[in-house]
Amino acid sequence: MTSNSALLSIQNLHVAYGNILALQGISLDVREGEIVTLIGANGAGKSTLLRAISGLVPMREGRILFAGVDLRSVPAHQIVEMGIAHVPEGRGIFANLTVLENLKLATWSRKDRANIQKDYRRVFELFPRLAERQYQLAGTLSGGEQQMLAVARALMTRGRLMLLDEPSMGLAPVLVREIFNILGEINAAGTTILLVEQNARQALKVAHRGYVLETGRITLAGTAQELSDNPQVKAAYLGG
Amino acid sequence: MQFYIQQILNALQVGSVYALIALGYTMVYGILTMINFAHGDIFMVSTYLAFFTSTLLLSIAAGLPPLFTFVFTLLTAMFGTALLAVLIERLAYKPLRTAPRISAVITALGVGLFLENFMVAFKPVGPAPRFLPPLIPQINYDLGGVTVSTIQIVIILVSGLVMFLLDTIVRRTMVGMAMRAISWDKFTVPLMGVPVDRIISLTFALGASIAAVGGTLYGMAYTIDPYMGIRIGWWAFISAVVGGIGNIRGAMLGGFILGFVEIFTPVFLPSTYRDFIAFSLLLLLLIFRPTGILGRPAPQKV
Repeated sequence: MTSNSALLSIQNLHVAYGNILALQGISLDVREGEIVTLIGANGAGKSTLLRAISGLVPMREGRILFAGVDLRSVPAHQIVEMGIAHVPEGRGIFANLTVLENLKLATWSRKDRANIQKDYRRVFELFPRLAERQYQLAGTLSGGEQQMLAVARALMTRGRLMLLDEPSMGLAPVLVREIFNILGEINAAGTTILLVEQNARQALKVAHRGYVLETGRITLAGTAQELSDNPQVKAAYLGG
Repeated sequence: MQFYIQQILNALQVGSVYALIALGYTMVYGILTMINFAHGDIFMVSTYLAFFTSTLLLSIAAGLPPLFTFVFTLLTAMFGTALLAVLIERLAYKPLRTAPRISAVITALGVGLFLENFMVAFKPVGPAPRFLPPLIPQINYDLGGVTVSTIQIVIILVSGLVMFLLDTIVRRTMVGMAMRAISWDKFTVPLMGVPVDRIISLTFALGASIAAVGGTLYGMAYTIDPYMGIRIGWWAFISAVVGGIGNIRGAMLGGFILGFVEIFTPVFLPSTYRDFIAFSLLLLLLIFRPTGILGRPAPQKV
């Protein structure tokens, strides 16, 4: 399962909150250009995994390699600079900043000024609604628009790998489809994606491969097709 | 009429200093939701930095242009005070970042007491009040019965300029954006690539150097002593709360309101009522508008 060409390689990862082990020996790979999804119930440890990759929670054991570099003890803000963008659970929009300021802040560690201008244009093409509202406070956006802003902001960091934590949460089905279409476009343009979702049906539709996470352990792995056809997955996550 | 214009000028002068100190309280509160009760004493230390710098400068090189003396003293006090504040933040507050909030508040009170008593015990300072040497020549202009001094003009203009600069930094620069983002949600900010600890230190440094501007200006007009930080610190803290703590423009407004309270209370009441009026204002505000004049109630985060 482990291959040397993996962009992200996680080996035997353990994460604990106090005495509670949230992740108990996770190993997974994400290869360049893939969309990999992580499905699992509430509390299975999906968000914790993403937060560990981003350096927001410390790991107790194991290794996280990104493009061959060990992320242990790299501070979170440098992990962004290395190329990992993270769309956090609940969007994490700065409601007291304008839409444009939210995007601008995400360019903090970038030095390629010319490309930043290009990326604004690209982001506003992907999300025309954000272009219309760029001078509005982000707190005045609707839930769907805030999710778009969260994705747009992650794009502005120009990460090679984008981690997404439940981008469909709380959105109407039309918007969920729109967001997933855009994720497909972003991936086609070259960004690798690790997607955490409770909406397994949508996630498996867009992903190449997937893992099933249950109470801190990976219980199943396979291509999106294999997982969709798996009777256990069908029963537990796809509504029979 | 002249009397009132005179008093308004005096209130602007005192209010400027309160506003400059209030900014430090409000910035730290905005970013860490912590009240840095040592801030008044940090202001006190800044006046001594100005005192020693200017005394030394004038003793080794008398006859320097006043503009140079003033600017050099100001910058040295700002730099030294910023350094002190960052040191305090790193050594005393940062280890308590995840501790209950009350621990940091008690620590801040302790740091304040330490600074006061250190200065009293420190031989070159001691408990006696002191005067700064004149940094700029004091000239009094008589404008139709209203007296305006060069010092008064410098205090009001320099304070105004510093407040304008700070407002611009917070509103227009990346650092200011990062500060505002941290005040909303400091856990998401690292995901933007922003080094949160560095921004927090920078906030302390900025707040302290603005207090040092206030300290230098204050020292040009009044005597200084190691206990001055207590009363002035409290008044500046009330200014920040009255204006809406966490709100930059609120702190400025609050500073001027307290300046007017200080100057106009003795016009109508015995001057010993000053603290009574200031604290009553604080109490009334906490009862009827706890978010302060310009502060908005924290919106629900969805």
